[in-house]
Amino acid sequence: MSGGHAHALHFHGHSPIHRLPAAVKLVGLLAFVLAVVATPAGAVWAFSGYTVILMVLLVLSEVPARFFLTRLAIDLPFIAFALLLPFVGEGPRVELGPFAVSAAGLLGAWNLIAKATLSAGASVLLAATTEVPDILAGLSRLRVPAVLVAIASFMIRYLEVVAGEFRRTRIAMAARGYKPRSALDWKPVAVSAGALFIRSFERGERVYQAMLARGYDGNWRTGAHEPITRSQWLAGLLPGIVAATIMLASRLL
Amino acid sequence: MHVPDGFINVATAAGAGVVAVSGLGASLRRTGRDLSERQIPFAGLTAAFIFAVQMLNFPVAAGTSGHLLGGSLAAILLGPWLGALAVAVVVFMQALMFADGGIVALGLNVLNMALVTALVGWGVFRSVMRVLPRRSSAVMIASMLAGATSVVASSLSFVFQYAIGGEGGAPLQSVFQAMVGVHSLIGIGEGVITAVAVGAVLAVRPDLVKGVSDLQLPRLATAPSRKSILAFVTGGLAIALALVFLVAPLASGAPDGLERVAIDNGFIESAQEHPLGGPLADYSVSGIENEQTGAVLAGAIGVGATFVAGLIAATILRRRRSA
Repeated sequence: MSGGHAHALHFHGHSPIHRLPAAVKLVGLLAFVLAVVATPAGAVWAFSGYTVILMVLLVLSEVPARFFLTRLAIDLPFIAFALLLPFVGEGPRVELGPFAVSAAGLLGAWNLIAKATLSAGASVLLAATTEVPDILAGLSRLRVPAVLVAIASFMIRYLEVVAGEFRRTRIAMAARGYKPRSALDWKPVAVSAGALFIRSFERGERVYQAMLARGYDGNWRTGAHEPITRSQWLAGLLPGIVAATIMLASRLL
Repeated sequence: MHVPDGFINVATAAGAGVVAVSGLGASLRRTGRDLSERQIPFAGLTAAFIFAVQMLNFPVAAGTSGHLLGGSLAAILLGPWLGALAVAVVVFMQALMFADGGIVALGLNVLNMALVTALVGWGVFRSVMRVLPRRSSAVMIASMLAGATSVVASSLSFVFQYAIGGEGGAPLQSVFQAMVGVHSLIGIGEGVITAVAVGAVLAVRPDLVKGVSDLQLPRLATAPSRKSILAFVTGGLAIALALVFLVAPLASGAPDGLERVAIDNGFIESAQEHPLGGPLADYSVSGIENEQTGAVLAGAIGVGATFVAGLIAATILRRRRSA
């Protein structure tokens, strides 16, 4: 938990995708993922189409492929689970190399891997090309209730506070000769979690008072929103529209 | 516990989205009435804490991934409505910033991890507090039970969604066993952490614990004793097993229900009732008691196996750490 991990997925850049307004990217992401998830598992060509769209966007975004792929590793636990499906699934069996596996499970595994990976890829691309304050501004522009956006902004501020207190607690424990040996060694863990909460809260309270002293009145001053032009909407929604067309074709054919 | 995209079909995810949005709307309305400006930063801090706690993440065999949830902690500190909002924010930001949990599946995840945990946790906490004498040890017990129950309720909510629109191809029975079994164990950890965190706040800043704001508690600065936590772990295991005995027969009805839908569309309504447990009486009358015993046995074995698996994993972790 390094201090800056709230921006762990962000890749600084000035590509056309970085420059698109966050609100447009959020709507575009939702459209793309909806299309992917609504595609029947059997339509392999449609999934190749989505992969091409994602790859074109990745190239446009100038985010290095290696950076993208390592961030996509969040998907790995699901892939491990998906690989189990052919073996635990029910129904008729098919031969796959030396194993007889469940046909339904095999399809389920493919379905889960393809959809989860493509959707996570699209989300990683959003996070890589959009700064957190811009995501928050985009959400509030999309009429997400102000209370939710305010809680989210405080959460992101306080993540660093919690991480900092956590680091200091660890150092203090190590300095007194404590070495965590087991996951079942719950008592120090539980007690320090409680202490961590109190310490973070009291620091957080001071941060809040400092904000009040500097004129915070419950509103975030993000500056005037530049209006989103029609061509920006079109550019941002284009991948989603193409994906939706592919999805409709795959359902009709 | 974060459901990825593609695991549950779009129709079910959309349905869950509608439920989640109306739940959040209701929460917003309820908090709007008595929200002081100081509470929003506190909600943000609670959200940040839960965010950190949820990063202790490990995969679960036939479900998605398992970790502490934190919904009942948020509810006890902030009240059920603001608590649900705080955890919902965590789920949103995880999906947008870390690609953890799907985008279309947001409704499912908000429902399971924010609304169900906060409301169930709050309900259990308040009911237990009503029964027990008003001492701070009672707050510990109530928090433990609230934490444990909320996690199991959350996993049940997922199994319910899987029964309606699961696309994995894994049999419902094994999804049920893995999810509820593993989450009964996670629930023990969740209960301990919830109780300790609430205890710590109660000892230093009792004014910040919404769940006891209207109860006159004598001030007492204690974390739960070793004895009470040991009793809780034993009790938790017993409850996990008891849950399997009570709930597994209900789940065994569900695949039957789904199969029946496939054969005869006329039965859709009755099939949807099964996971809720309504027609249990009908089932025992129609005489599939053998099947139920089988399911109970399987469930008990499931919980036992996950407990052993957890112990083995912990031992391996310990070896690796000390090496």
